[in-house]
Amino acid sequence: MNFLSIFVLIPLLMLFGLWIARNLNQVRGVMVAGSTALLALAIYLTYTFIGDRAAMPADEFPMLYTASFDWFPALNIKYSVGVDGISVAMLLLSSIIVFTGTFASWQLKPLTKEYFLWFTLLSMGVFGFFISVDMFTMFMFYEIALIPMYLLIGVWGSGKKEYSAMKLTLMLMGGSAFLMCGIFGIYFGAGATTMNVTEIAAREGAVVAVPLSLQRFWFPMTFAGFGVLGAMFPFHTWSPDGHASAPTAVSMLHAGVLMKLGGYGCFRIAMYLMPEAANEMGWIFLILTAISVVYGAFSACVQTDLKYINAYSSVSHCGLVLFAILMMNHVAATGAILQMLSHGLMTALFFALIGMIYGRTHTRDVRELAGLMKIMPFLAVCYVIAGLANLGLPGLSGFVAEMTIFVGAFGNTGAFYTTLTIIACTSIVITAVYILRLVGKILYGVCTNEHHLLLTDATWDERFSVVCLILSVAGLGLAPWWVSDMIGTGVGPIIDVLDGAKQFLNVPF
Amino acid sequence: MDYSQFLYMTAELSLLAVICLVFIADLFLCGRSEKGFDCSEVCGGKKAFCVCRMKRTLPLILFTIHTILTACPCCPGVAEAFGGMYQATPMASIMKTVLNIGVIVVFLMSNKWLRREENWIKQGEFYELVLFTLFGMYLMISSGHFLMFFIGLELASIPMAALVAFDKKRYESAEAGAKFILLALFSSALLLYGISLIYGATGTLYFNDINSILGNTDWAVNAKLFAILGLTLFITGMGFKISLVPFHLWTADTYQGAPTVVTGYLSVISKGSAAFVLLTVLQKVFCLFVTEWNWAFFWIIIASITVANLFAIRQKNLKRFMAFSAISQAGYLVLGIMDGTAQGMTALVFYLLVYLAANLGAFAVLTTVEENTGKIGIDDYAGLYQTNPRLSLLMTLCLFSLAGIPPFAGFFSKFFIFMAAFQTMGGWGHWLVLIALINTVISLYYYLLIVKAMYITPNDKPLPSFRVDCPTRWALAICIAGVLLLGLCGIAYNWIDTFSYGLEEVFAGCAGTCCGAC
Repeated sequence: MNFLSIFVLIPLLMLFGLWIARNLNQVRGVMVAGSTALLALAIYLTYTFIGDRAAMPADEFPMLYTASFDWFPALNIKYSVGVDGISVAMLLLSSIIVFTGTFASWQLKPLTKEYFLWFTLLSMGVFGFFISVDMFTMFMFYEIALIPMYLLIGVWGSGKKEYSAMKLTLMLMGGSAFLMCGIFGIYFGAGATTMNVTEIAAREGAVVAVPLSLQRFWFPMTFAGFGVLGAMFPFHTWSPDGHASAPTAVSMLHAGVLMKLGGYGCFRIAMYLMPEAANEMGWIFLILTAISVVYGAFSACVQTDLKYINAYSSVSHCGLVLFAILMMNHVAATGAILQMLSHGLMTALFFALIGMIYGRTHTRDVRELAGLMKIMPFLAVCYVIAGLANLGLPGLSGFVAEMTIFVGAFGNTGAFYTTLTIIACTSIVITAVYILRLVGKILYGVCTNEHHLLLTDATWDERFSVVCLILSVAGLGLAPWWVSDMIGTGVGPIIDVLDGAKQFLNVPF
Repeated sequence: MDYSQFLYMTAELSLLAVICLVFIADLFLCGRSEKGFDCSEVCGGKKAFCVCRMKRTLPLILFTIHTILTACPCCPGVAEAFGGMYQATPMASIMKTVLNIGVIVVFLMSNKWLRREENWIKQGEFYELVLFTLFGMYLMISSGHFLMFFIGLELASIPMAALVAFDKKRYESAEAGAKFILLALFSSALLLYGISLIYGATGTLYFNDINSILGNTDWAVNAKLFAILGLTLFITGMGFKISLVPFHLWTADTYQGAPTVVTGYLSVISKGSAAFVLLTVLQKVFCLFVTEWNWAFFWIIIASITVANLFAIRQKNLKRFMAFSAISQAGYLVLGIMDGTAQGMTALVFYLLVYLAANLGAFAVLTTVEENTGKIGIDDYAGLYQTNPRLSLLMTLCLFSLAGIPPFAGFFSKFFIFMAAFQTMGGWGHWLVLIALINTVISLYYYLLIVKAMYITPNDKPLPSFRVDCPTRWALAICIAGVLLLGLCGIAYNWIDTFSYGLEEVFAGCAGTCCGAC
């Protein structure tokens, strides 16, 4: 038994523990124990990974801690796990979000036990996705992570929750329908001998893994399939509704981790396995993602609901992730993964704070909130920090990520790339507009609603969850080098493959 | 005549023994009182009570023994009896075992329904009729001759009409029975006409001979034309049994009218056996016309899945809803037929096994809710989670499995059957799979409607809380075990895969030999 599988085993045990838990304290106990164990495991993994990685020659990029078990031998389906720098970073992110999410939903009622059951199932899917290297297992965990969202939003959500839950589920499942087709396409195109991502990418005995004529068909399908979850422009509409209606911890997990599944999948499966088509057709998606970056930011400016603002801001930032990986160079791709981490942490922080404010004021309407700084200073200060991280203040994580992305993006020569990068860069300014306006409006000024004057500040569980997230955001912002080195080792082989593919074709730009 | 040939028919003989024993036991065990349906009341006394319980448990025990006895496919496997009338293959025994498991679940979940006052005296008939239809399916599955096949088909459908009309005092049940028998006869007639055309073209009804004669190039073009016409009518006839669009029109009414237990039986076991027979006969008899039936099924599958999904969205009665869901599931099931590959056969049988667990699980919930509260509408299920959390959770798992959501078995079976169909028809399979996949999203929508009713829709007066009776619990336990484990443990699929065969093996003349050793 490989120790990566413990990432799936712990949620499984948690599910069992929750099933037999008799009262609220036991439920909380199971959740805290389980999520702490996951966090500890992720930290241990990061620590050993960096150590083992440093012991290796710098020009080799294997997956570490791989293990493989036959599952359906007739179909070449295996349960295979393994990690590289990217997945370690994602696992660390997920465990932080699950850990803080547990505390953020400490007071949740009713049906607490059921809520945590589905929540744990969701996190099992997320962890499983990041540890697997077999397309089947990956896809299975991907879908495991999608379906609990329906009930989590539908039962415990707020606002027009039934509509949002159904919309989100159907759109994501629609995306995964295309994705499944793409996976079949890759599997059969690559000779129907293996589902293992690294083995297909190794392209034994052939120049290209999948014939280019097939790639032209399957690449857009796979990329769009993952792109739906990554909130790529025409397919992003589930995201604002879904995030706005979801309960706090679910918004955190969804915006923080689940949307990263999309970016990760685009990079690891669509681009890595079909590099020729990625080079050839990448420009289409590059335009779409540039649109999402700017469009998301502009939309955030005109929203009046705190969660909608943040959801559109997520569209913009996740668009930036896809934008950066499509630049297909080392720096930009590293920036993309950094952005995933940074966006995951700060959006989770944002959603946690919004949930806490909403839990007190019972409104998320910007027009009805004012002067919160005096009423709940702790939450308000944290909100400012989250906002500053979002607009890219140096010293916090957002700056590191966006800086790396734009440096990388400008590294690509050619008018096409430069124009798009400049367009995408404007999002920095627009982000500053909506964040600063928002902070000014709701935190400062005079509180007009006298009921709000009676409200209290955060409780211990909320403080704990928020402080953990702020520490992570600041940690990433102040000492990014160890993460970016680790990510760099993971990004390397994928970028090499993408570069290598260029010799086979005439790229239009 | 060599009587040792009967030894190949162990499954049939053992089932026949069960039928006879149940028949005799039914005569002697009590239960003829007009007065009441409560066991202890009818029989009085403790001893009589035991005897009375026997009447319920005996068929179940006997049938379970039969299932266990016939479960293992004997490995040398392929054999013919009676000059090729009867063909035994390991795959056929696997198929029979799958059907057996389904019947056990149906018996378990029928308990509460059979204890109704009006059904109390008819219990024996119920078991007899079910077992006879099953016997017919056995004959169909193992037939090597069209007459044998036809006898099996009729044996499987005529008692079924009696089962559908089992609640004879209920208007809908009788109506459903009439509809079912008329359409079943109609489809049988078409099928028989098809068989006669094939006989006209080839002069024989033995599967093996038809195949070799059609393969003989000396034969005139006319013969092939007749055979293709025969194939068309054969597909039509089987389409009725599997309820594929456009032959599905009887399904919704019959499913709604029939007693819920029978609906479950009809939607899984009858359908599944027909699909399996369709595949084997197409492979054995019509292997030369693979392009023709591929195209026929290409359109039939697209129509079945799409039409049924669109209709299912609008249903308010859960039995009608399950009818349309079953039609679309049949469409997915038949995907395994494309190109007649070995992988397709494995995927088809595995799909059926998983579908059996999930669908019968859902029907067990429907039955027990109906028997305890009398409600069957989707609106009645609103707020079920508040009063019957366990039951709603089980229903949710079954529905998720039907929709193909991991980690439940439905995801695996869907994935495998799509994988099998993907490379077929020289690329057209891609489109088929894409359309089927888009349809899974639609199907997810309507399955979620029920989940939404149970968990989310507010309801001031949800159905009262009730206790599920013991046999139904067992039925649910079996189904849920299937839903949870069949996919995650690869054993079932890998085991089925060992025995499956495709057109390649048929052409090589070693179809169904153990472990695909060609």
